[in-house]
Amino acid sequence: MRHTISILVENNAGVLARISGLFARRGYNIHSLAVGVTDNDKVSRITIVAEGSDYTLEQIEKQLNKLIDIIKVRSLPADKLLARELVLVKVSCKPAQRSEIIDIAEITTAKISDVSPETMTLELSGNQYNIATFEELLRPYEIIEIVRTGTVAMQKGSGGLRV
Amino acid sequence: MSHKITAAEALVKCLEAEGIKTIFGYPGAAICPFYNKLIDSKIEHILVRHEANAGHAANGYARLTGKPAVCVATSGPGATNLITAIATAFMDSIPMVVITGQVCTDQIGRDVFQEADITGAAQPFVKHSYLIKDAALIPETVKKAFYIAGTGRPGPVLLDVPMDVQLQEIEFSYPESVEISSYKPKCEGNKLQIKRVVETIKEAGKPLICAGGGLFNAGAKDLLQSIAETANIPVICTMMGISLMPHDHPLFLGMIGMHGKSAPNQAISECDLLILLGARVGDRAVTAIKNRDDLKVIHIDIDPAEIGKNLPVSVPVVGDLKAVLTQLSEVIERGNNVEWISYLQDLKARKSTPELHKNGVNPAAFIDKLSRLLPGKCVVSADVGQNQIWTANNIKLNGGRFITSGGMGTMGYSVPAAIGAKSAVPEYEVIAVCGDGSFQMQSMELATMLQHGINVKVIIMANNRLGMVREFQTNNYEDRQTAVFLDGSPDFVKLAAAYGIEGEYVNEISEAEKALKNLIKSDKPYILQVKVDENEKSVI
Repeated sequence: MRHTISILVENNAGVLARISGLFARRGYNIHSLAVGVTDNDKVSRITIVAEGSDYTLEQIEKQLNKLIDIIKVRSLPADKLLARELVLVKVSCKPAQRSEIIDIAEITTAKISDVSPETMTLELSGNQYNIATFEELLRPYEIIEIVRTGTVAMQKGSGGLRV
Repeated sequence: MSHKITAAEALVKCLEAEGIKTIFGYPGAAICPFYNKLIDSKIEHILVRHEANAGHAANGYARLTGKPAVCVATSGPGATNLITAIATAFMDSIPMVVITGQVCTDQIGRDVFQEADITGAAQPFVKHSYLIKDAALIPETVKKAFYIAGTGRPGPVLLDVPMDVQLQEIEFSYPESVEISSYKPKCEGNKLQIKRVVETIKEAGKPLICAGGGLFNAGAKDLLQSIAETANIPVICTMMGISLMPHDHPLFLGMIGMHGKSAPNQAISECDLLILLGARVGDRAVTAIKNRDDLKVIHIDIDPAEIGKNLPVSVPVVGDLKAVLTQLSEVIERGNNVEWISYLQDLKARKSTPELHKNGVNPAAFIDKLSRLLPGKCVVSADVGQNQIWTANNIKLNGGRFITSGGMGTMGYSVPAAIGAKSAVPEYEVIAVCGDGSFQMQSMELATMLQHGINVKVIIMANNRLGMVREFQTNNYEDRQTAVFLDGSPDFVKLAAAYGIEGEYVNEISEAEKALKNLIKSDKPYILQVKVDENEKSVI
């Protein structure tokens, strides 16, 4: 099963190495990982999407909590999950094809980030399903490059994770 | 008026402020600024003969004082040599502050001479670590290190200090306390859970306490005994829990596990309630109980991650064992369990008839004799291998302390750990029991004992084999024995004599009593080389 785990950490050197090291050492699988500073510059928020049973998830949470630099760990409930990732896709695009690709961008609410005589680069933020569809629509054109961030996520509604 | 001192001097002053009297170490260039200031301190420095042994000595010291102990090494190989000792302490939850020198900050990452990323390399084995790049942070960081190492579930904390940082001048004041917002170890147990513990014990017909090393860490040894007595619950222990209960106590059955005796293992397979106290249910300890669906389990531990990790738990309680057992002792009800206890006492009293080998000394009989001759105030430090199991199963301590490398199973632990223990409690008789294999991983420490007047006694159970591995090959590899023969080993009594240490041979059990009396009587280091049959089993 896939779990989305939110972690607040002290912004200290090596904290990411400690977390990724823990996952590696205990054999937990990371699907994606995203890190960024919060509104408090001493605190960063890490979102990890991990694969594993409920037992594994419980162990991940408990072992993470033991790391000194970690302030809070929470596994986000699937039904209240607000999750986004960002993808940039560069496709091969002759001037004649531009309108087709602009259509796809409009339908999928993607942004056109860069255009060159030979290429077009689209940008989309969405959940994993939106992004999968988006990729599928662009596949008939030659995808030159694709880059995705890891998932960032928070809980819908009033509940949240704060220091 | 401001008074500035070097960070190296500050580091020494921090240790003094923490009440550190003795440290174990091995110098090198990158830690020289620290040593240069250590000269002017009253802190005693014990020079070991290998960095790993500085770690094991600090481990032994910490077990006897219950407080974080300190070991020191230089950068690069000095630091990497410490890793096994750090991992050994981590597995057994022993509080240690490990200080390593590091190359200068502007050289870090350039692969200069004796540079090693020790905070990176030791990461899986430390409770926490700091690479201190700002000299001004030394006092606060050292305070944090001691706080983290000694509270919650104890463990080693590494301080890596670059040489140029040690030489910088700072304003020194040592903080009274530190606040780490992300680290708040839990102390008291949840009241509702304590109530559930009491009720669950009341409902049980055959309750059993399994006492682990966490009880030593919490300083809850006496509470264990009083609770067991009040509720009349028999007690078994893990290897880390040996000597928590007096061996002769009517409620005490012995050590469980793959290498444990039959009475405690029988007890664990027949009990209807298992109360785990500071025991992490390691694989060598309790494989048998995993298949018992009907078994109720109460697990009390300071580390929530241990609860439910290896065994499903009916009543979890997170908290410091001293705090939780104090809470429990106020509400626990008197128990009876007469039939259950007398049944188990019969099992304990049952003597097995050991297979007698023609050659040498029966290890069980020998350790039994040692138990009878030891004074109440004693420490027995067992190494790893057959010698460890012989000692663990046959030592009968009524007041003394047993120490060993439980989780990591680190060979070469017993002698340096005994040196550490003896430094912590000089009035105790301290004896290391090892094999002829493990002794050769630590024989250099004979010099340390002599140099610093640390009167540790060493018993070498010599069968010219790596006995535990030999036994494993016999049982699991059709007795195809390989790489377990110790031919080429020296005569250990003569080796000791070369150091100026007295010793003698024990070739027959009839010689054991006199030799052990000489060993205990001696006010200097002393060794015994005990001849053991090569086919002797671990569990006898």
